[in-house]
Amino acid sequence: MLKRYLTSREALLFAAIVALCLLIATRFAGFVAPSNLLRVFNDTSPLILLAIGQMIVILTKCIDLSVAANLALSGMCVAMLNLAYPDLPVAVIVMVAIGLGALMGMFNGILVWKLAIPPIVVTLGTLTIYRGFVFLVSDGSWVNSHQMSPAFKAFPRSELLGIPMMSWVALAAIVIFTVVMTRTTLGRAFYAVGGNPHAATYTGLNVGRTQFWAFTISGALAGLTGYLWVSRYAVAYVDIAGGFELDVVAACVIGGISIAGGIGTVGGAVLGALFLGIIKNALPVVDISPFWQMAISGAAIIIAVIVNSRTRRNTGRIILKSAEKPA
Amino acid sequence: MSLSEHTTGRHIPDRLRSPLEARLKSWESLLLLVAIAIFVANSFASPYFLNAWNLSDATFNFSEKAMIAFAMALLIIAGEIDLSVAAIIALASTAMGAAVQMGAGTPVLIGVGLGVGLLCGAFNGLLVTRFGLPSIVVTIGTMSLFRGISYIVLGDQAFGGYPVDFTYFGRGYVFWVISFELVLFALIAVIYGIVLHKTNFGRAIYAIGNNPTGALFSGIRVARVKFILFLLTGLMSGVAAICLTSRLGSTRPSIAFGWELEIVTMVVLGGVNILGGSGTIPGVVIAAVVMGLVTFGLGLLNVPGIVMSIVIGALLIGVIALPRLWAMRRG
Repeated sequence: MLKRYLTSREALLFAAIVALCLLIATRFAGFVAPSNLLRVFNDTSPLILLAIGQMIVILTKCIDLSVAANLALSGMCVAMLNLAYPDLPVAVIVMVAIGLGALMGMFNGILVWKLAIPPIVVTLGTLTIYRGFVFLVSDGSWVNSHQMSPAFKAFPRSELLGIPMMSWVALAAIVIFTVVMTRTTLGRAFYAVGGNPHAATYTGLNVGRTQFWAFTISGALAGLTGYLWVSRYAVAYVDIAGGFELDVVAACVIGGISIAGGIGTVGGAVLGALFLGIIKNALPVVDISPFWQMAISGAAIIIAVIVNSRTRRNTGRIILKSAEKPA
Repeated sequence: MSLSEHTTGRHIPDRLRSPLEARLKSWESLLLLVAIAIFVANSFASPYFLNAWNLSDATFNFSEKAMIAFAMALLIIAGEIDLSVAAIIALASTAMGAAVQMGAGTPVLIGVGLGVGLLCGAFNGLLVTRFGLPSIVVTIGTMSLFRGISYIVLGDQAFGGYPVDFTYFGRGYVFWVISFELVLFALIAVIYGIVLHKTNFGRAIYAIGNNPTGALFSGIRVARVKFILFLLTGLMSGVAAICLTSRLGSTRPSIAFGWELEIVTMVVLGGVNILGGSGTIPGVVIAAVVMGLVTFGLGLLNVPGIVMSIVIGALLIGVIALPRLWAMRRG
């Protein structure tokens, strides 16, 4: 049991992250100070939230390229809502953001479920449509810091036990979705549908509907992240988080989530996101131009896919190891 | 990606449709109707549309992307995809820019552009065929890697100072309003049309897309064909990089940003099945023209670029959803 944990993809990735941190520490010791690591975690929270949603979608053999556009549209809508009704409580704003995001996810899901259009085509289309709608609703103008109510901006920064709320939201999502994925029928259905759609159908699971819920969750998380993003950076404009969908997919791939579906864990997605977040935050402090970031994450993705395909080849197939080797 | 084709069962007709009927009801004819409708609508909407020079300008909107789209179509028919094409343009353009700084002339620049394209394609192909990795993930990785190298080289700088005769590829005209790019586009379309529809290699691509295992057992060297397709996609990205760099006259690392999604949209709009196995080159040609006309027509009406992208996105989903909705209503 212990050995299985130690040789898992997640353990390997965790070791890589620790090694990375130590490497950075040799150049700049302050990086591994707990306060700084918390700051890095907080900074990576949006990526973690989106990566969890993306992981669930990828588990069901789909892909959601519209998350960044969804984030931008939800974020812009709540920013404008706040502009129009500055007294609206933050709780309502958050619910609206989640609701809008979920609706956009449902739209993706319905097209995949009812019309059986390949998910990459659907979300490629909605990626441009949602992004375009940001322009339409805002008329291309920005919502700036001074136009947002203090409560709207304060929520992600306000601290509880010394940790900002944005980190708490990410932690809550990690806990909730770990439970959902491992302890509920819906969570297991995501794995079943992606692992073997035919078998899932024969066991009575509706493959399309399960994929629909995966898109809905991914959309809801993107909507929530939209509010956090806009309020934390205190600005909303058309191009926020442009191209971020690929970072999200990259986090999942590095986290060992198989693009073929059915394999992956919340922990893997979180570690994948943290890996990218650490690189992004470490480059400036170790005096490497931030322009290196893109190439490094690209190389990390390629290495991660190669490593993952190797480990899978060795350990696949054999399901009952104890039965095979009677002691 | 979905089970519906297995669960709903397929209707098998007892006779073939007549060739004429099949052709009239084909995706290409539908798309051609859309193209004509857009053309007519545009000429009513703007008095500046029906002008030879304006229409010639419109072709620049799609010709570079379409060159890559042809190679991408072959790749998608074979069941793979390459999302790194725009990044290859960036890297090839950066390499050409660097060569100019070292005093290279036009012939060397072309060699550099095509060479970098081929190398990038070979790298993708090697990772996919030798390591057996899923191409969508590999090319998301190389997309960051290739463009990332451009960013490392250039940062926030730009390369310029291309030789005067180099500008011909992006701005030259062969005859009257017929630009060099348009001629190149047509030539490449014909070549890819012949390769896909009239050669053994083309048949092999369809076979691989429909059933890779079956293709392997029938003696097709699946890995080699796929590798060649990645090479071709890299090469076409190199060609597009030469045209685009020549047209813009400068290189920034953000050059051709987001093109990969537009190119995939073009291919899918052209009737190529994203899951592989079917599609035609004439379809992609018409899709390229449709996208070019939509962008150009809306541009003449002062519609902002981002709103055009809504139209393109809706077009992509719409043309795929409508026939399915129609089929569902008929039972």
